[in-house]
Formats: sequence, structure tokens, C-alpha cells
Amino acid sequence: MTAVEDRATAEAPEREVGKARRRKEDARLITGRTTWTDNTVLPGMLHLAVVRSPVAHAKISSIDVSAAQEAPGVIAVLTGRDVADEQGSIPCAWPVTPDMVNPGHPSIAVDEVNHVGEAVAVIVARSKAAAQDAVELVDVDYDLLPAVLDMEEAVAEGAQLTHDHLESNRSFHFVFESGDAGTGQHTDEAFRDAEVVVSRRFVQQRLIPAFMEPRSVVVQPQGDNYTMWSSTQVPHILRIMLAMVTGVPEHKLRVVAPDVGGGFGGKLQVTPEEVISLLVARRLGKPVKWTETRSESLMTAHHGRDQIQYIDIAADREGNVKGLRCRILADMGAYLRLVSPGVPVLGAFMFNGIYKFPAYRFECDGIFTNKTPTDAYRGAGRPEATFAIERIMDELAVELGMDPLELRRRNWIRAEEFPFTSVAGMTYDSGDYETATQKALELLGYDELRAEQRRRRESNDPVQLGIGVSTFTEMCGLAPSRVLGSLSYGAGGWEHASIRMLPTGKVEVVSGATPHGQGHETAWSQLVADRLGVPFEDIEVLHGDTSISPRGLDTYGSRSLVVGGAAVVNAAEKVVAKARRVAAHLLEASEDDLDFSGGKFSVRGTPGAEVSIQEIALATFAAHNFPEGVEPSIDADATFDPENFSFPHGTHLCAMEVDTETGMVKIRKYACVDDVGTIVNPLIVEGQIHGGLAQGIAQALFEEAVYDADGNLTTGTFVDYLVPSAADLPHFDTGNTVHEAPGNPIGAKGVGEAGTIASTPAVVNAALDAVRHLGVRDIRMPLTPERVWRAIHGGGDGGDRATAGTNAYGGAQTETTAGVSTPQSALGGDR
Amino acid sequence: MTQINVRVDGVTYTDDVEPRTLLVHYLREQLGKVGTVIGCDTSNCGACTVHLDGAAVKSCTVLAVQADGGEVTTIEGLAPNGGLHPVQKAFHEMHGLQCGYCTPGMIMASVDLLKENPDPSDTEVREGIEGNLCRCTGYQNIVRAVQQAAGEMRGAGSVSPAEVDTAAAPHVVGQA
Repeated sequence: MTAVEDRATAEAPEREVGKARRRKEDARLITGRTTWTDNTVLPGMLHLAVVRSPVAHAKISSIDVSAAQEAPGVIAVLTGRDVADEQGSIPCAWPVTPDMVNPGHPSIAVDEVNHVGEAVAVIVARSKAAAQDAVELVDVDYDLLPAVLDMEEAVAEGAQLTHDHLESNRSFHFVFESGDAGTGQHTDEAFRDAEVVVSRRFVQQRLIPAFMEPRSVVVQPQGDNYTMWSSTQVPHILRIMLAMVTGVPEHKLRVVAPDVGGGFGGKLQVTPEEVISLLVARRLGKPVKWTETRSESLMTAHHGRDQIQYIDIAADREGNVKGLRCRILADMGAYLRLVSPGVPVLGAFMFNGIYKFPAYRFECDGIFTNKTPTDAYRGAGRPEATFAIERIMDELAVELGMDPLELRRRNWIRAEEFPFTSVAGMTYDSGDYETATQKALELLGYDELRAEQRRRRESNDPVQLGIGVSTFTEMCGLAPSRVLGSLSYGAGGWEHASIRMLPTGKVEVVSGATPHGQGHETAWSQLVADRLGVPFEDIEVLHGDTSISPRGLDTYGSRSLVVGGAAVVNAAEKVVAKARRVAAHLLEASEDDLDFSGGKFSVRGTPGAEVSIQEIALATFAAHNFPEGVEPSIDADATFDPENFSFPHGTHLCAMEVDTETGMVKIRKYACVDDVGTIVNPLIVEGQIHGGLAQGIAQALFEEAVYDADGNLTTGTFVDYLVPSAADLPHFDTGNTVHEAPGNPIGAKGVGEAGTIASTPAVVNAALDAVRHLGVRDIRMPLTPERVWRAIHGGGDGGDRATAGTNAYGGAQTETTAGVSTPQSALGGDR
Repeated sequence: MTQINVRVDGVTYTDDVEPRTLLVHYLREQLGKVGTVIGCDTSNCGACTVHLDGAAVKSCTVLAVQADGGEVTTIEGLAPNGGLHPVQKAFHEMHGLQCGYCTPGMIMASVDLLKENPDPSDTEVREGIEGNLCRCTGYQNIVRAVQQAAGEMRGAGSVSPAEVDTAAAPHVVGQA
């Protein structure tokens, strides 16, 4: 080893990747110096308020806007009829089958309303208060039609129709069969020969993403150009779609997502209100703002989940799985939104989980009902799949009299088998389920808790203890463009980045991935600091404005780091390659003799001959002394399109106390070990896991969007829709194993959705494990005390009379819910 | 219209307001104090929490006229002269925020909690901030932040960065 190399090693800066860097974003957020869309005030700005349907399904027979038009401060009132020729249809970018039925989705209803909360008119006024006051003055006559609210009824013979111009309530029928795909045996054969078959019906209740910042839109017209600020996850997609829907040319539109207060898939959308705001601004030539109330948000921003799952699993008596058959009813709600049909289809490749099934069949019907449309919500299809497989594995273990972990271990992919092509045709990249499981068992204190469980059983303690397991994987890093094409998605899955080297040595990183809480500014700075050898503090990350970040596909599906971060890294490598030519010129050396380390090019074997990349940036700006025939720029762009998904995995364990006398459940301990590949910032990774766990646990225990028998959302406020508080959630014990993803230069797999996807079945399995000996074999989510108590004391899944016919959720009373028991109300709240 | 006199973040304002105007609307729309945000319409989420005469209130549950003659502190005036309050600093140190929308209210509620209870346990913090909803963090790092700030405010000294790293991210060690 030479002296020069020694010195280089000694001076090599500490690597940024892996450091628990405090976030750059925080400075403005903890001091209130933020740029939420609703903060925006423009001269002459007008305010919008939306008149919404109070009924689930009706023909609009007349609308009288005259009183509203005359109200103080009101500038204009527009109905669906007024904009019928220019509003187009809210786009659906994912026709999952060639014959998928799309009823079309006007931003403002014209002739018919199909769910409570649908826009029927918009008030434009000088102040928000004036607009809101005038909403009451719009007089709409509705001819009521029957409301379709229950998916199983909706597909029955002779069902009422959600849209009476359609032939049925079915939008699409999507099938995956391993026997036909050539990825496994034919499923019917596997079941015909099976020694054991277990069948269950699981209900994935309807959820609401419930981001903390209500949606808000501001549009400023400037001649025939328009700038839209929107609280969106997807400014780039929004721009393209607005151009296609409204006819405003794409190059005349600029979309900005300023600070965005959470999304969780709920702001992965092109919303009616965004289209309406653009139409009004275009018509009046004035800047406009629309900001929703929380009740509007819960009622009309898209919902998530809502599946009925019929799952059959086949195995032999020794516990070797032989086949899996899933039939899914997926509620689309009244309309198809941006990726509504794609959500259950994303799950199609995940129901088999981490297990080596020889045969697999997935069938899904997308169903219309007179409810708010559903679309992406954290996990989007994969939580539903993971819940089904992890619940049915427990049911199979009970049937076989096996330990649920032993059954999983017998069937999961072993560490030495990666890369492994699953029965659904996915190539799982890397991992080690056994090691993650061992670590999780230690974190939980599994043996002691099992001993305590035995003691409580034996003493017939009114508070029983259960332990639930969820060993999961998910497909992340959406997505390889070719795969999306094969699934008929309307766009690619690449991501774009560029790096601008400023004359003073500072660095601008432009990312097409648009954050809303994930810490891109910090993590991308860490990536670039390592690659360019410039200080973390010298890097600024720009995003979320289509005129600053011209190309991008935005943030969802745990894709930002895996795809967008990879683009950043590739752009940085290009910058180094361009700078190398300049360095060779300045140092009068051959490029081949240069080393690049710690931000400096040095000539091998010539101590002291070195130039930093930041000095090169200045030399490039001046361009006085530049190599012949080379353009004076070391800036670079990169677009990264992954060849495969990445597959994070992990083992989640929940210990749950169930009070058999009151039905109250309490998480005693929650431990999980996740493998998300390379960890760029452990603080951010841990934060993402925590937040994901909170939402997955909330599905299991607290949250449900409940409709009454008339199609009214009775959980339309935070009084009734139970987003958990700090007091409702436990401490989480988290850990990691690291198996790098081979598919991107960072080695990261994605972490945003892991906690949500994994946790829900762990929690439900834990509650069932506590009361299984009392004859309980299922409890309907969310596990309210009432449902748990009913399941223990009345049999069934406890869901039958949970909400409708009562005010259990404090929901608004209607004629059909005010203490009147109807056949519908007896069927429960998840209509 | 009713005239009110109110001192907000150290500045005195005299304004006409509609009697129905909520304090949060007055702060945001008339004074431009947009650091304080609105997250719901039922006083459940606490995003709009400010201090009125030294006590935390949800400013969507107070009429502007009720603040007449009062002193309001918002997140923008919590630490004057560009500094940071120990609670603000701790939220940053312990990664107690992600999207940051609930953060102003969460910080204002936490400051009030620590005034009542300078050394809260994990459970006391969780119960003390249960009127403030966060959808991103799962609360664990918020609890850590409040306890960290409590330590600093009691003069117990702040946790050194290295210790914080390990406490907040135990897997750093595992990964190295």
C-alpha cells in the first residue's frame, strides 16, 4: 500500500448512507414557516364551495341556483349542465381487462348522482364564508333511485343497478391461474387431490386514508397559461391528466405540489375538485381556491380497501401447502378513479405470500356500489392479500393441529432459494425469512409470553393472552414499465432525476418523486453527498413543481427511493464522469490515471495533484480553460426504469390481551423485524415503519367507513372515524435485517407500506389466538369491544349487528338507523 | 362586525371581525399566521392548537371575539428571534414529525403538557397529547421528543446525539 492510498483512506469522509441524519425538512415544519396550498393568497382570488348530493342514487330533476346567485358576495354558480361540454370525465388510467366497464365520471353530476357527497354545483364567491353560506341556497330536486350498497347483493341475480345505463354492477372480471400462466399446476387439480381444504370468507372493511392536511387547490390563470397548486402526491400525473380531461394543452399547465400534509395513497388522484377549479379559473379568468372541510374529505376523497374475500387453501396432513384459490369482490364505489381497478389487481400477485404453493388461482370482480369511489390507500392491494394469506395460514394450522410458525416455516422460501420465482410469476429478489423471524421472536420475548398465555388459560383468567404472527412480503418499487404495460396500466414506472452543479460548489438535485412527509430532501442529500463527495449541507433537493422538475412519476407504492433514488444516484455518476474529463484537462493527466474519492480527483502517484468536484463546477461555469470539444456543463440527467420489483419482507408479532368479559382488546407488545434492503437513513426507516404500523393496527382495531341502509356515510367526522391517538397505540419494538435489493444501485427495497401491510393480520391473529379455545374462529374488523364480546358470547364473527340500527359510532341518525331494525341493518355496518 | 384587540406573538392588533369568526380563521386569514393550520371541523385533531393567555386551546373551538383583550402565542411566536423552543428542537432531534401538518399543534400541546407535568412518563405523554392526531408517525417518536424536551427543560441536560441515534434507531448498530 502506498503512502498516497493511505492518506486517501484516512481522509475518506464518513459515509452518509446509513447515518441517522436529522431531516432538512424539519426546520420549516417545526416553526410554522410552511407553504401548504391553503396558505396561498393571490390578488383577486375567488373561493369555491361545492354543493353535494345528500342522497346515494337519484336522477336530478331540477336545480334552482337563483337564490344562491343573488347571495351577498357570490360571483357565479355553476352546475354540471353548465360545464357538461368541457368537464370530460375523471380519468381511469388502469383498464385491467379489455372489456372493463367504465361508466364515466363527470366532475359535477349532470343528470344523475351516484353517491352521497357527489358534486352537483359549485359556488364561486369573494370569500370562503360567502361561498359556504350560499351552498344552502341551491335547491336541487332528486328523483330517488334504489341504492346499491352491498357487494354480495350487487352481484346476485336481479340486483338493483348502481348505474341504470349499465347492464350489471360488474366492472371487470380479472383472472390469474397458475396452470394457464405456466407458473404452476392447475389449481382445480391441486384441490381435487388435496387431503385438507380450509375455506374462509374474510371482510376487508372500507377505510379512509385520512391524511391530516385536507385537500386544497389554487389555480391562477395567466393569459392562456394556468398554474395549479394542489395538495397532491402526483403533480406530474395530474398535469398530464388535466390536459387530457380539460383540453388545456399540457405545455400551458404548470402544477405545483408545495408542502403536502400526508397522502397515504389518498392524494394519488385526479379529483373532481381539481378539474372544477381549473374550469372555473378558465371561465372567469380569475385565481380561485378550494379547500375542503374534514367532513367533505372523509365523505368525498377516495376511500380504500373494501373487499370480500373467499379463500380456499389446500394442504396435505403434514402441512405442505398444495394450492390456494382466492375469489375477491372488490368495491369500486360509484365510479372508477385513477387506479381503482388496479388496486385489487396489484394484490393478485401477492396472495400466495412467502409460501411455495404449487398451484394458485386469483379471480376478482370489480363491483359498482352507490358509495364513494375507492382507490389507493397505503399498501393498495397488498394489505388485502397479506391479510388473507396470513389469516388462512393460521386457520390451516388450527385445522392441522400445528404451530402456526411451524406451518409457515415448512412452506416458506428458504434463504438459499433466492432469487425465487413464485407461483404468481414474481421473482422475489432476496431475503431470509428464518433470520428475521428469529430476531422478531427475541424482540417480543416469545417464550415468556407463551408461558404466560398458558398460565392465563389454566387459571381461566378473564383476561386472556394471544400471540399473532404475520410473515409477509410485498412487491415494491413500482414499477418496471414493461410489467405495467403487460397489466394494461396507462403509464410507465420509471423515475427521473437531474443534478445541477452550481458555480459556488453547491448542488441542486431535482427529483421527479414528490414527497409529502417521507424525507426525500434528507435522504437524497445523503445519496448525493456520498456519490459526489460534497457536504450534506451543500445539497438542495428540488421537487414537486412541473416547471422545476419537468419529468417524474411521483410518490406512491414505496417507489421513491427504489426508483427515484436510483435515478438520483445514476445522475450523480454521470456528473462524476463528466467532471472526470474536466479534471483530467485541469490536472494535465489522463482520465485513466485519476482517482475520485471524497469529492476530489487526484492523479495516481502524484501527491498534491488534485482538484475537487466543487472547484470543477466553478471552472465549468467560467469555461475559460476547458477541454476541446466538450460542452461547458457537468450537469446530468438520468431516468431509471427498474427491471423487477423489489420484495421487502419481515416478521411481525403481536401479543394481545383480550378481556373476555368486556370484549376490550389491548396490545401488550408489538415486535417486528423488517428487511427493506439497504437503509439510507435509519431514523426515516424506523419512522416509516412506526407510521405504517399505526395504520395497519388501526384497520385491525379502530377504523371503518360505515354506511347506513340509505347510503349515508355515518363516519363522516373524526368523532366517528376513529383515527387512533397516542393513547390508543402501543410502543413498537422494531428491528431490521439487511439483504440488499439487486435491482437498483442503492440496494433499497422500499419501506413506506411495510408496516401497514404486515401488521393487520398479526393483530387479528393475536386476538383470535387469545380466544380460540372459547370457540371463536373469526372476528370481523375492526375489533371493537362489541364485536369481540359478541364473537365470544354469541358465536360468529361478531360483525352482525355491530353498527347499523344503533349509534355505536356516534353516527348521524337517519330514518332507517334511528333504532329501527331492518333486514339491512341486521346485516351490519359494512354495507 | 365587532372590534377586538388581541396580542398575537408579541404584536398588538385591532381588527373588525364577524362575531362568528373562529380564532383560527382570524389568525390565518386576517393576520396571515398560516403556521397554525386546520385539520378538522369537530375539534378532534388539534392541528390548530395555540396558547391563549398561556394555556393550550384548539383555536377552531374559540371565537375570535373570545380572544379580545387576550394574548395568543402561535407556533410562529413560540421561540422569538429565530431560535427554537426545546420542544421544537426535540421534535427535530427525535424525528417526531413526517409530513409536519399536525406538528405546530402537537408542539403547542406538548409545551402546555410540560408546564403541567415537567417529567411525564410514556403513558402520561400519550394521554396528555391524545387530543392531537398525527397520521404519519405512530406517535412513538413524538413521545420520545416530549420526554427529551422535558429533560432539557428540567435542566437534566440533553441526551447526547450519539445516544439519541442508538435510542431512536437501534438497528444502526446492527447494520454497521
